[in-house]
This record gives sequence, structure tokens and C-alpha cells, in this order.
Amino acid sequence: MSNEFRLADGGRIDRDRPVRFDFEGQQLQGYAGDTLASALLANGVHRVATSNKYGRPRGIMAAGAEEPNALVQVEAPFPEPMLPATTVEVRDGLQASGLPGKGRLATEEDPARYDTMHTHCDVLVVGAGPAGLAAALSAARSGARVIVADADTEFGGSLLGSGQTLDGRAATDWVRRTTAELAEHPEVRLLPRTTVFGYYEDNYLVALEHRGDDASSRQRIWRMRAREVVLATGAHERPLVFSGNDRPGIMLAGSARTYVNRYAVLPGRRAVVFTTNDSAYAAAIDLHDAGVEIVAVVDAREVVSTYWASLCVERGIRIHASTGVVSTSGTDRITSAHLSSLGPEGNHPTSVRQVVTCDLLLVSGGWNPAVHLHSQARGSVRFAEDIGAFVPDGTDQAARSAGAVTGVLATGKCLTSGAEAGRDAARAAGFDAELARVPDSKHAPILAARHLWVVPGSGDSDGTTQFVDLARDATVADVRRAVAAGMDNVEHVKRYTTIGTAHDQGKTSGTLSTGVIAEVLGVGVGELGTTTFRAPYTPVTFAALAGRERGDLYDPVRVTAMHDWHVEQGALFENVGQWKRPWYYPHSGEDMETAVLRECYAVRSGVGMQDVSTLGKIDVQGPDAAEFLDLVYTNKMSTLKVGRIRYGLMCTADGMVFDDGTVTRTAEHRYLISTTSGGAANVLAHLEDWLQTEWTHLRVHLTSVTEHWATIALVGPESRQVLADVAPELDVDNDGFGFMTWQEGNVAGVHARVCRISFSGELAFEINVPWWYGREVWEVLMAGGRPYGITPYGTETMHVLRAEKGFPIVGQDTDGTITPHDLGMSWAVSKKKDDFLGKRSFSRPDTARTDRKHLVGLLPEDTNLVLPEGAQIVEQPELGEPPVPMLGHVTSSYRSAVLGSGFALAVVKGGRDRVGETLYSPVGDRPVPVTVTEPVFYDKEGARRDG
Amino acid sequence: MMLIPCPWCGPRNEIEFHYGGQADVRCPADPQAVSDEDWATFLFFRDNPKGVFTERWSHVAGCRRWFTVRRDTDSNRVLPSEGTQQARTVTT
Repeated sequence: MSNEFRLADGGRIDRDRPVRFDFEGQQLQGYAGDTLASALLANGVHRVATSNKYGRPRGIMAAGAEEPNALVQVEAPFPEPMLPATTVEVRDGLQASGLPGKGRLATEEDPARYDTMHTHCDVLVVGAGPAGLAAALSAARSGARVIVADADTEFGGSLLGSGQTLDGRAATDWVRRTTAELAEHPEVRLLPRTTVFGYYEDNYLVALEHRGDDASSRQRIWRMRAREVVLATGAHERPLVFSGNDRPGIMLAGSARTYVNRYAVLPGRRAVVFTTNDSAYAAAIDLHDAGVEIVAVVDAREVVSTYWASLCVERGIRIHASTGVVSTSGTDRITSAHLSSLGPEGNHPTSVRQVVTCDLLLVSGGWNPAVHLHSQARGSVRFAEDIGAFVPDGTDQAARSAGAVTGVLATGKCLTSGAEAGRDAARAAGFDAELARVPDSKHAPILAARHLWVVPGSGDSDGTTQFVDLARDATVADVRRAVAAGMDNVEHVKRYTTIGTAHDQGKTSGTLSTGVIAEVLGVGVGELGTTTFRAPYTPVTFAALAGRERGDLYDPVRVTAMHDWHVEQGALFENVGQWKRPWYYPHSGEDMETAVLRECYAVRSGVGMQDVSTLGKIDVQGPDAAEFLDLVYTNKMSTLKVGRIRYGLMCTADGMVFDDGTVTRTAEHRYLISTTSGGAANVLAHLEDWLQTEWTHLRVHLTSVTEHWATIALVGPESRQVLADVAPELDVDNDGFGFMTWQEGNVAGVHARVCRISFSGELAFEINVPWWYGREVWEVLMAGGRPYGITPYGTETMHVLRAEKGFPIVGQDTDGTITPHDLGMSWAVSKKKDDFLGKRSFSRPDTARTDRKHLVGLLPEDTNLVLPEGAQIVEQPELGEPPVPMLGHVTSSYRSAVLGSGFALAVVKGGRDRVGETLYSPVGDRPVPVTVTEPVFYDKEGARRDG
Repeated sequence: MMLIPCPWCGPRNEIEFHYGGQADVRCPADPQAVSDEDWATFLFFRDNPKGVFTERWSHVAGCRRWFTVRRDTDSNRVLPSEGTQQARTVTT
């Protein structure tokens, strides 16, 4: 039955390019230019999917993105779930099947590329139907930079499927000539297959372009900033609500017309047309002329158009006025429509008068302007009584609507309003635009429509088969239930019934549900309004949104000058912000714990080396640098002498620890401060904030120099000897080079700044060289240290070593609720300074409490136990009934080589007053005993610092 | 995606900026002299109007300068500055 329903000629398909595809195991043929839906209809396939709640057979209802029913899973060329068959282009090898509402995501890697484009334009025209094309023409001729985006594979919109004439010739001729002229303008960009799905502040619009599987990228996201926007988004036909209105073979009248004229496909042989307005008559005429038997036109209105009636009479088509389709029969396809006369109000149930055999039922309940983008842009809408739908009613954005979206349905008026909108938009963007001439179109007088929200049915008084939202299987009964439950707001009913929440976001059901709710409540439709329209207009894949920002390109990766060396040595890495830091360097056969214990032992007994280049570095310069640093650090930095270094704590104004690091005075008016690796950007922003907005009188400049200096920590009792060997000019004696001082000199032949700083309690030197020489100096130090068994170590060992000394890590042992006093670091808080950030807050009642959480050490009684970080601390060995009072939690926990046991740092309520007490931590299924200690576990007297 | 007018760099996309909350919240000149309540008000209390709001932004991905913007929080539209605020780039 290949293409049994395809007309012998006509349509916009390419008959020279047949394509073969697979639908549910059936090999079928279509043509280039077909959608999956049109190709299926050409082969007589109407039942495509199964409804997701009731399992009812569902067919093809529409011819575009508004399709609520015909969802398919594409399996080849690449699995994509839940695509409307009406928007899938057929191609050789396409493999698809119908869905019961949800699909299957691909489990294999997507081989396609996705791209992102950023662009600006003077006028963005959304939609390339008659209004959009006319708008683009007016704007383009003025020389404005114009972008025209349309979701369809070719421009023309409704003109492609209506078979009408313009200037006495086929409308598609005008489309072709207009598109060709637009393409000639150097400032015009045409984007077919591109759906504008989001409209954000200040005319920022985002679109998805389907480029196809053969293109260099399958899809592209367009992010566009437009001076002016013309919304020519058209309108969607509204279905009618009657019993059994969901059967395959029931189709929107305008869509059926599109299938005949654009795809040369007959959607049936014997049709009934049910309408409330004039537009469906054109479909009846076109289908009749193409060979479909129109058994009846059923018009809900008492008076029908004489214009259309005469065309019907000529063709022998019978019109039933004041009549409706109240129910249908059929399983996988409609087999008959049941007609009944409708009273003027249409609200009282009527009995079935006539059963008409058919295989196609066309419906038209009027047209819903596609106000989605207008509304996303926070434009308001109003209910237009003449068309029974919501239309744009003003916007604050630089945008205007044109064509069918404004409720104008005649092609001639769409063309004119488009040309005007394009001219006005170009003028508003500063161009001298004129109105483009629009072609003449035949214009039939339009008779008023009847607003018919629910067609009463004698056999379905409770409305359980009167579908409002086919995609969600939601019925009039569901709406009634929602209203009976007290909901009188469309947003509430939407959430209660799920109407409008499916893949189609209620394109066919939105206005309809408002009408049904209004009818149930007995209020005006306009009073209820619409639900909120949100992006995206049609579904967008995450792959497209991600574009190339995935995998290695997801986030910038920062590496140090020595990174390749670490990789060559088999280091494992830890992410610290965007930095890759060596975590530990396992020897073959070592697990993490063994490697870290070995590294720790090497540092404490011999010499180790760590790459600490990632620590943030900020150059602070200016005559007021000292005063500035006194304000931002808790301790005094103005008294620091040139050549010396001081540890400093920074607090925010609320008195909480914000960052810490060292302050090196390099000259009278110049300091180099270090920050935590992850906090560098935040510290700089914090300092700039106060400098620029509160202390504008201070003459200080801040420069990030993190990547100017590669920094190597040389640590351990043997570090002095290693340094002496590679830097013979340097005075490394304790007397000549004291703790917390710095010197400049040659290290391995490279000019370096060497600082005596220790984060482990051991004798240590921090060697700073220009980034470029980082690896060279590192390797010379490694070679020089070999006789001493020098051991490279990573962040994990650094963490253990500093924790043994009770040095907190900001962000690990603190969390924005910890003061310097809570850390037991009152020694770092100046009592002499008049003010500094945080000072005032230390005397706030809450901050001054004595039972705040203090940083303490914990030693588990079981020396083999390493408490999990984050473990809670409680007072009693039995947990008892919840709520169990929590005293605090473990912030750092490791196994120590020098202690021969596990140990932890923790913040515990009143912790400093509990030293020596036994508390408990619920680990596994029982609380384990731990002893509270001072936070310093190793070398309390600091004897190792000077070697 | 708002278009935010940086007084130094011109209009730029919102993602280049860092938000700084309500403007004109001045740190007391002598914090030690204010009451606990007034200090807490400075630290923690901010307006949250629906409508016009004067707020701080920092062009972190550009010139790194802080400046003041008037924005309608309902429509997200940035409004023209008023009078002397036109050229003001800091909240002093």
C-alpha cells in the first residue's frame, strides 16, 4: 500500500528524491520534503501513538509543533525521545515508533556536535509566514541588519499549505521571490528550521536551529540581542471538545488542508467537517477538490456564510447549521461521527440525531494566536471576543506583533500588518524604512465565529471522554473535579489537572481549558486569563543547551607550571576550584593511605616538596596600602617591616572568618598577600568592594598575580641543606634567614623570592620564581634533594601535616559561622586597632557567647578509627529518643603517621571547656567514644620550626 | 539576560556582572559607637521592594568596578539614573 493516499501531482515534496524509512518495523516510503507525519498519512497510517494515561489509540491531529498526540521515539539515526511526528523530517534510514507518552534517552555516546552562536541585529523577525516575510522585506530594504527565524524547513508559513493566490499567482511564488530578495540583502540572515524558544529581558532571544545529521553540528543554539523584535508567530487552530474527540482520524481542519496542499496527501477518503467558524470551509473545499468526499459540514452557528455556502452548494456538500458532533465511534480510526442539533446556548445535553460514516473528522474551534513569546517577554494579553482567544495587548519590550498572532486571520491583513511592523521596527532601530508593497489577496468576508467550549453529549454527561488536553489525557471531568475542589484560578486548575504541562505546553489546550473552566464556573473567559507562558516554546535538548561546553570544555581547567611533571610521576589530582592540584603520588602497589603515610613520614623525618603555586596572590600597592591592610586583616599589618612576613586572618563585617594567608611586605608601599587556592577570586572581589565603595579615600591598587609566580614549598628537617646546595649565594642559616622573613636571590640560577613560611610545623622554605621557570627550578630541587630522599607530596599529606599542628583550613574547618575566637586564634586579632572588618561584630551578644562552637581536637578511643568528616558529636553514649542534641561536628579527620592513630579536628559547643572530656560520635550503628583535646597534636612547643 | 549599563564599558550581558544587593547601605563611620541593634541593621537588614530598587553591581568579568543601578524588580528593566546619580559609580 505504498503511498496509496498520495496525490498524483502537486505538493512541495521532491518526487525525484524518494526516501525509505522504518515505522514500527514497517518499511515505508516517503519523499524529501515530507514530515514523518505526512509520510505516514500518505501510507494510510493514522494510529501513531497510545495515550499515556488511558492507553487510548491516538493519531495525527496537527501539522506542526502544536501536535499533542503523535509522539514518536526516533531510534535511528540517533535515539531521541518524544518528538512530534509532525516536526520530524523523513530521511533515508529514519527509524521510529509510536510512544505511550514517554520515550527512551540514548544510552550510547552522542557522536554529534552541538554549537552556540551569539549575534546582534537591528530587527529580529520571528516567523516567516505572510506577516513575517512582509515585515522582513520592509526592514531589510532600509539596510537594517535583519534576522528572520522560522521553525519550518522552508519559509512561507500558512501560505505553504493553503493553496491560495497572491497577485493572481500561487502564493508560494511570492514566498519564493520574497525569500530570494531577502537572501540578496547583505545584512539579512535567514534561519529556517530555527525555533525561537525563549524571550528574555532587554530583547535577548534564544533559538534552536536544527541543522540535520549531515551538518557539521546537528543543532545550534542562537543567542540573539535585537534592537527591535517583530513577532509574527501566527496562530494555532483550536480543537473542539466532544465525547470521543481524541480518536485517530480526527484532525484540525487547517492541518488537513496543509497535508493536501503542501504534502499532496489525502488524510482520508470520506470526511465530516465540524466547525464554529469560517476557516474550516476552505479545508472542506480543498479536500473535496482533491478527491475527498465531504459527507457533511457541521456548523455550530445558526447562520452560515453565504460565500462559503455557495461554494459548498456548487460541489454538492451539505451543510448542517446549528449542529454539532457530539460523539464518535471507532477504535484505531474514527468510523462515524454522531451529529445532534445544538440549541443557541449549546449547554443542554441533546440526543443523537444522525450517525454519519466517515474515516476523517476535521475540527475547527477557532484560532489561538501564538502569544507565547510575547507573554514570555512579559507582554500582557487580552481576550478578543471576536475570535474567542487571547491576543497581545502591549509590551514594555522593544517588540511588536504582526499577523495572525494579533488575531487578524485574513492573509491580506496579515501581509499589511507585517509590512507595517517591519517598517516601524526598522525606523525604531534608526533606519529610514518605507512600507514594502504587499501583494493583493482574495478576501472573503468573515462571519462571526461561535465560541463553543464544550459540546454537550447525551452519552457522556460526566465528561470522562471529552478531552481537553490530549497529551495529558485530561478531560472535562477532570476540570469539573478541580473546580469542585475549590479551584477557580487557571494556574491552580492547570497544576491539579496537569492540563498544559505536556511536551506541547498546551498549544492546543491552553485557551480551551480556560474556556471550559469559565463555563464550569459560569464566568467570562477574559476574566480568567491564561496561565503563564514560559520558555522553552518547544522542547530543547540539554545537549543543544550545553553546546561544546561539555567534557574537557565544561569549565576552564587551571594547571601549574609543574603540572606535566606531576602527571609524569603518576600523581592523582584533586580539584580545588578550577585548579588541578596533585593529591598524592602513589608508588606502585600503594593505596592512598599508604602513600600519604609515606609522604608524611618523609616530610617529618627528611625533606618533601609540594607545588603550592595555586595559592592566590594579590599585589597590594599604594601609599595607603598599610592602612588598607590594617582595615581588612584582623591583625596589624602596618607595623610589619619590609623583609618580613606575617600570617593574617580576614573576616567579613559580621565577624566571621573569610580567608587567611600570609602578608609579605616587599617595600614601604607594597605588599604581597596570599589567599586560599579556592578563595582567591572572592578575596579580590571583597577587597575591591570595600576599596571602591567605602574607603574611596585610600590610594591603593590591587592586582592578581597568582599566575606570575610558581611557588614551591621545600619542607622538612633536611630542607635547609637541599636549598643551600642549589642556592649557594643564599644565607640559609637560622640567624641570617629567620622564620617569617624573606630574601631574594638565585635558586638554581633563577632569580627567586624565598620565604620562610611553614604550614606543617617543620623547617620550610617557600621558593617563588617566575611562572615560566617553575618546572626547571622544581626539577633542579628534586635532583638536589635526591641524596636526602626528597619526596614530592600532595594536598592530602599537606592536610594531615597541618591538622597535626592544629592549623585550620578556611572553608573546611570554617563555614562562615566561625569567628577567629572560635578557632582559638584570638592571638591573631588586634586589640590595638581602632577598627577593622569584623571588629564591631565580636561584641555582638551572639558572637560574644562563651558556649559557641570552638575548634578542638578529637582522639577516638579506638586508635584504628578515622572518624568520617561531617560526623556529629553528642554528649551521651546512648542516643535516646530524637531529637538528640548535637554538640558539633568533625571538620577534618585523618590517620597520623607520627601519632600512630586516627585524629580529628572538630567544632564543638563550648569545646575549649571540654578538653579532657569524653564525648561520642555516632559512627555506623553506635556512638563511639572520643576524647576532646587541644587542637595541636604534634610539636606543641614549636621546636621543629627552625630545624 | 539583562543588559546592564556599566558606566565604564557600556551595556554588557548580565553574566559579566556580580550582584551586590541594595545600594546606599553605608557602613557606620564609627562602628564601635553604634548600638548592637543599629549594627545588626547594617549587617543583615535590606529592603526587598517590588518595583524600583537602587542596587549595586560589579563588572567582575570586565573592568571590576562597582556601580549603582536602578532596576524595576518586577519587570527587570534597568531604569535611567536620577539626576546626580548619573555619573556615580560607587555607593559612598
